[in-house]
Amino acid sequence: MKRLTLRLGLLLVGFNLAVGLLTFFWTPHDPGAMIGGRLSPPSWTHWAGTDRLGRDFLSQVMVGARIALLVGAGATLLGGAVGISLGVLAAYARRGLDDAFAAALDILIAFPTLLLAMLVVAASETASLGTAILAIGLAMSAIIARLARILTKRVLAQDYVTAARCSGLSWARLTRTHVLPNILPTLAVALAAQFGLAVIAEASLSYLGLGAPPPNASWGTLLQQAQSTVHRAPIGVILPGLALVSLVLGINFLADGLRDLLDPEREGAE
Amino acid sequence: MSLLEVRDLKIRAGARRLVHGVGFSLGAGERLGLVGESGSGKSLIAMSLVGLLAPGLRAEGSVKLDGREVVGRPERDLTPLRGSLAAVVFQDPRAALDPLMRIGAQMAAPIRRRARREGLSLDARALKAEMIAALERVAISEPERILAAFPHEVSGGQRQRVAIAMALSCRPRLLIADEPTTALDVATQAEILDLLDRRIREEGLALLFISHDLPVVARIADRVVVMRRGEAVEEGPTARVFARPEHDYTRGLIAAARRLEQALEGGS
Ligand SMILES: Nc1ncnc2c1ncn2[C@@H]1O[C@H](COP(=O)(O)OP(=O)(O)OP(=O)(O)O)[C@@H](O)[C@H]1O
Ligand SMILES: [Mg+2]
Repeated sequence: MKRLTLRLGLLLVGFNLAVGLLTFFWTPHDPGAMIGGRLSPPSWTHWAGTDRLGRDFLSQVMVGARIALLVGAGATLLGGAVGISLGVLAAYARRGLDDAFAAALDILIAFPTLLLAMLVVAASETASLGTAILAIGLAMSAIIARLARILTKRVLAQDYVTAARCSGLSWARLTRTHVLPNILPTLAVALAAQFGLAVIAEASLSYLGLGAPPPNASWGTLLQQAQSTVHRAPIGVILPGLALVSLVLGINFLADGLRDLLDPEREGAE
Repeated sequence: MSLLEVRDLKIRAGARRLVHGVGFSLGAGERLGLVGESGSGKSLIAMSLVGLLAPGLRAEGSVKLDGREVVGRPERDLTPLRGSLAAVVFQDPRAALDPLMRIGAQMAAPIRRRARREGLSLDARALKAEMIAALERVAISEPERILAAFPHEVSGGQRQRVAIAMALSCRPRLLIADEPTTALDVATQAEILDLLDRRIREEGLALLFISHDLPVVARIADRVVVMRRGEAVEEGPTARVFARPEHDYTRGLIAAARRLEQALEGGS
């Protein structure tokens, strides 16, 4: 059963990744070119029909996979790097500083990710892939920092850490040899789950018109554009919707599989 | 000059006072027992001696390790001071080792640090030989297997021996043992105590032994400090304190230990 979820996850994410990479070299048509009739139904030339402006719909959905993965991976990298660094540092900080940091994180986390992301996009005036990554990544870093801080504190409270510090272990080495190896498995699972949420957040931002502008349209933008014509051309909603679900589901399966693989409680396990 | 000189040590968590003005001293090669009920501040005192109190706790007063003040010293000054002077062994064998690292890798670290401190360089073979010797000194019979194992693959008693071997491999002058045998069964407890006794004698270490088990303290310590609610209520040579306790609290402790012993004997 566990193997199955992992495999299914690999399959779904692998498929999206392959499509996303493919779009760098090839799409059925230029996703930005208005070459077909408006809202033409699926045909041999346009497998998924065309949108309101006569652009090939399948090509746009394929580009959407690239955008979703790019923003998701970028935000996860950013959120992971910033979150883990801040969280570990906070765990080492003096009591007062650490308390202030924890309170700041709690406040930040209380804001919905989407709201934070909207603020970042608003502050940077123009929306682009970069602002989406920045916005989602920063919101994610608060969640990851909180987790990293707690995990680090738990490691620091262990007797073997005290004993090692007593034998002259420096903070830098302590981080490298004991703290990071002990906190990373749990963080990796959390980051995988956050990756899935980031993909959804990107689609939501785009749906609200705060994502990357067309023609490099994200699934959220496609959904939004197809919304008003859903009765005449339901495929415009179905296709990006399915794509989004397949990627997020795949990522969540992967995260689950990862958790089983990297069970951090290796103690007693065999 | 004594190795450890504690004067009027106070420990606070914010406004709450946990230890109020404790003082004692420990010369090279001496063994001091710290006894008292749970929560009396024994572990806090032990940690403040090496400047490793949990964040949020503050020490005041004076702790001199080998003549150098520990209280209020910044971390970067303490790190080099600690390694060569003091080592600690704790109660819980499950927390004594990093669960994700092979025992060999963990043992190597303090030995390398010590070598660097002494300006020596150790090659892999010398390091391994030293680790095996250290394990043999704590009566571990298959050192090769233990070195290659993860902590969860060895027994609690063996883990505690490894922790002691690691502590001693720093060649400290003071060993702080915070209830090192409490979590072990009686037979293993006796073995570990014998082992500590022998190693301390052979290496001329000073020992601060923390326990609430009076018979155990009586076996290993020359002098005891009796703690109660953050205060030292009595101090003196072990034999004298246990034979003619001066403070009511000590008397109570001894009577309770006796009652427990009798109950155990009567029940078996
Ligand atoms: N980090 C901390 N913050 C606040 N209070 C603490 C902290 N650590 C310990 N205390 C309190 O300090 C007191 C003394 O604790 P300590 O651990 O020194 O007891 P102990 O004598 O070692 O007891 P035991 O025999 O159970 O180990 C206890 O009341 C405990 O609740
Ligand atoms: Mg204690």
